[in-house]
Amino acid sequence: MAQMMFWEAVRRAHDEEMTNDPLVICMGEDIGVAGGTYKATNGLFAKYGAERVIDTPISENGFTGLAVGAAFLGVRPIVEIMSVNFAWLALDQLFNSAAKVRYMSGGQLTAPVVVRSPGGTAHQLGAQHSARMEKVFMGIAGLRVVTPSNPRQAYGLLKSAVRCNDPVFINEHELMYNMKGEVPDGEYFMPLEGSEVAREGRDVTLFGYNISVHWCLAAADILAKQFGIEAEVIDLYSLSPLDRDGIRKSVSKTHRAVIVEEAEAPVGVGSEVMAIINEECFFELDAAPVRVSAENVPIPYNHTLEKAVIPDANDVVAAVRKMLGK
Amino acid sequence: MNSADKKRLLREMLFARRFEERCYEAYVERKIGGFLHLYPGEEACAFGVLEAARPGHDYVITGYRDHVHAIKCGADPKEVMAELYAKETGSSKGRGGSMHIFDVKHRFMGGYALVGGPFPLAAGMAKAIQMKGGDEIAICFLGDAANNQGTFHESMNMAALWKLPVLYVCENNLYGIGTRIDRSTAVIEQYKRVSAYNIPSAQEDGQDIEKVYKAAEKAIKHVRSGKGPYFLELMTYRYRGHSMSDSNAYRGKDEERMWSKRDPIIMLRDRLIEAGELSKDQYKAMDTEVLEQIEHEIIAFAESSPEPRVEELHKYVVAENDPWVHGGVQGGVRGGVK
Ligand SMILES: Cc1ncc(C[n+]2csc(CCOP(=O)(O)OP(=O)(O)O)c2C)c(N)n1
Ligand SMILES: [Mg+2]
Repeated sequence: MAQMMFWEAVRRAHDEEMTNDPLVICMGEDIGVAGGTYKATNGLFAKYGAERVIDTPISENGFTGLAVGAAFLGVRPIVEIMSVNFAWLALDQLFNSAAKVRYMSGGQLTAPVVVRSPGGTAHQLGAQHSARMEKVFMGIAGLRVVTPSNPRQAYGLLKSAVRCNDPVFINEHELMYNMKGEVPDGEYFMPLEGSEVAREGRDVTLFGYNISVHWCLAAADILAKQFGIEAEVIDLYSLSPLDRDGIRKSVSKTHRAVIVEEAEAPVGVGSEVMAIINEECFFELDAAPVRVSAENVPIPYNHTLEKAVIPDANDVVAAVRKMLGK
Repeated sequence: MNSADKKRLLREMLFARRFEERCYEAYVERKIGGFLHLYPGEEACAFGVLEAARPGHDYVITGYRDHVHAIKCGADPKEVMAELYAKETGSSKGRGGSMHIFDVKHRFMGGYALVGGPFPLAAGMAKAIQMKGGDEIAICFLGDAANNQGTFHESMNMAALWKLPVLYVCENNLYGIGTRIDRSTAVIEQYKRVSAYNIPSAQEDGQDIEKVYKAAEKAIKHVRSGKGPYFLELMTYRYRGHSMSDSNAYRGKDEERMWSKRDPIIMLRDRLIEAGELSKDQYKAMDTEVLEQIEHEIIAFAESSPEPRVEELHKYVVAENDPWVHGGVQGGVRGGVK
C-alpha cells in the first residue's frame, strides 16, 4: 500500500478510469490547463487532450447539463464543480435531469454522470464559500451521494462511481486534499452503499462522515485515554442511501449514539440518522441520541466566530461525557 | 420534396392534429391527467425539420409539448397515447406522462418540463456524437420564451466554442403561456440573439412546411458537415391554450383569426388541390382514415392497457443489480469493509 495525498488519490482514479475507457471525460472550471483548483486533474490535460479534459466556461448549470446529455449517449463524464457553493447553480440539471430521467423514461434512459465537489468550511472564506451542502443532495431519489473521509475512499468511490449506471454526487472537503493515507496499489472499487467501522468500541457509537470522521476518531482517542470510554466510530461514507443495517448493528451493540456533522442541524444527516435509529432500533437505546452539529448561521469571516460555528473533537468528547455522566 | 412526399406529410400532419384533438377530448373525459400541452398550429415545425433530418438516427430532444416530435421520430402513437393514459404499455411505462414522452430506441431522447432544461442536454448529446465520430446530429426543439433562460446562453456559448453538432430549433409561437414575447423579451427576433455567439441562424415561416423543410435542409447540412451549431427560428402559433387550463384570454380574436388562416395543414392541402395532386374527396377520405385509426387502434389500445403495478413503484429509480454499487469485481479488487 502506498501513502498518497487525497488529491493524488482522486487524480489517480481519474487517470485509471480515463485509460480504461475512452468515453470517460472530465470537465470543470480550471481543471485542464491549470490542473484543477485542488490538483485533482493535474497532468491529465497533457495526457488526454482538450477533448477529454475540458476547461469549461463558468456555467455550472450549463456544463452539468451538457455532461448529463453526453452521459445519455454513453459518455462517462466526471464533472468537477469548483466548490459546492457553486453547485447550487447546477441543481436544476442534477436534480431535474440526471436524477429523474431513468424514472420518467420508464427505465429507457440513464445519466451515469459523476459530479465531484468540495464543500465544508475551510479557513475564513466567508459565507458564500463555506457551505456544507450534503443535506441538499441526499434527499433526492435517483441520485447517489457518497463522501470520502480518506484517500483510499476517495480513490475507490470515484472508481466505482464512474462505472456505476446511476448519477453519483461525491462530496469532498476543501481542507482534506492534502491529507495523507494508504491506498491499495492495485485497482480498488469501493461499494457505493454501506458504511465502515473506523474504530470498534462498545460504550457509544459516534457517527461521522467526511471530515467529521476525524473529529470522531480524535474524540474516541481522548475518551479512551482520559475517561475509559470505548467509543465505536462509524464512517457513513454513503449518505444516499444511508446504511440502515450498519446504523442498527452498531447502536444495538453500544446502545448509545452521537451523530457528528459539520453542517447545521436542521434537516441534516444527524436528523436523518436519528430517525433511522428510531425506526430501526429504538428499544436498543439506553440514552437519547445526541447531535453534534454546526451553529445555524451563515459562516462568519472572523476566525473566532468561524471556529465557534463548527464543532470539533472536544465538542464530541463533551457530548459523550454528558451522555454517560462521566 | 415530391408530390408523394407532400401527400405523406399532409397525412402525417393531419394525423398529428387529430391525435392532439383526441387528447383534448380524453382530457375532458378525465382519461388523461396532469398538464397537457398540445401542438395544433405548429405541426409544420416538427414535420418540416424532422423530414429534412434523419429521424431514428439523429437525436431529438424537446420540452413538454412533445407528443408530435416523438411520433415523427418513430414512436408508436399507441404507446404515446397509452403514456397519456398513464398505462404500463405507455412509452415511459406510465411513469412519465404527457411532458415526459421518451422513445430512446428511435432516439427521441425525451420531453422535459423545465423551460430551457434541454438546451445543455442537447449540447451534451452533440458532444458525445463528436467524441464517437458518428454522422448523427442533435436536434433541440424549444419555445421562444425558453431563450430567456440562462441555459440558453450557457449552451449557445459552449456549442459554439466546441463546434458541437447541434441544431437548435426555436418554435416561436409568440407567447410563453400568457405573456406575449414583446413583454418578456428585449430582442423580439430570436434568431438574432445567437449572433452574440457567432452561431449562424435564420428565421423562417413556420406555417409553410415546404419553407421549413428548405430552411432545415440548409441548417442540417451545416451542422452535419461539422461546422458547428445552427439556430433556426420558426414563426408559428398555437391554436389552443398553452395547456388545458388556459383560456387564451390574453390574446386578441383578430390575431387568432389571422393565424388560423395560416393553418399549416390547410395551406399544404390547398396547395396540393390547386396543383391537381389531391382531390377534396381524397382529403376527406384521408381524414376519415386517420380518425378511425386513432379511435380503433390507438384509443382502444390505451383504454384496454393495464396500469402500472404499485408493487413496481420503486422500479427505475436507480440501476438494478449494478455490480459497481457493491464494489464491482471486473478488473479489480472487490472493495468493502477493511
Ligand atoms: C423553469 C421553469 N419555469 C417556469 C415554468 C412554467 N412554464 C411552463 S411552459 C412556460 C412557457 C414557455 O414558453 P415557450 O418556451 O415559448 O414554449 P411554448 O409553451 O410557447 O411552446 C412556463 C413559464 C417551467 N415549466 N419551468
Ligand atoms: Mg412560446
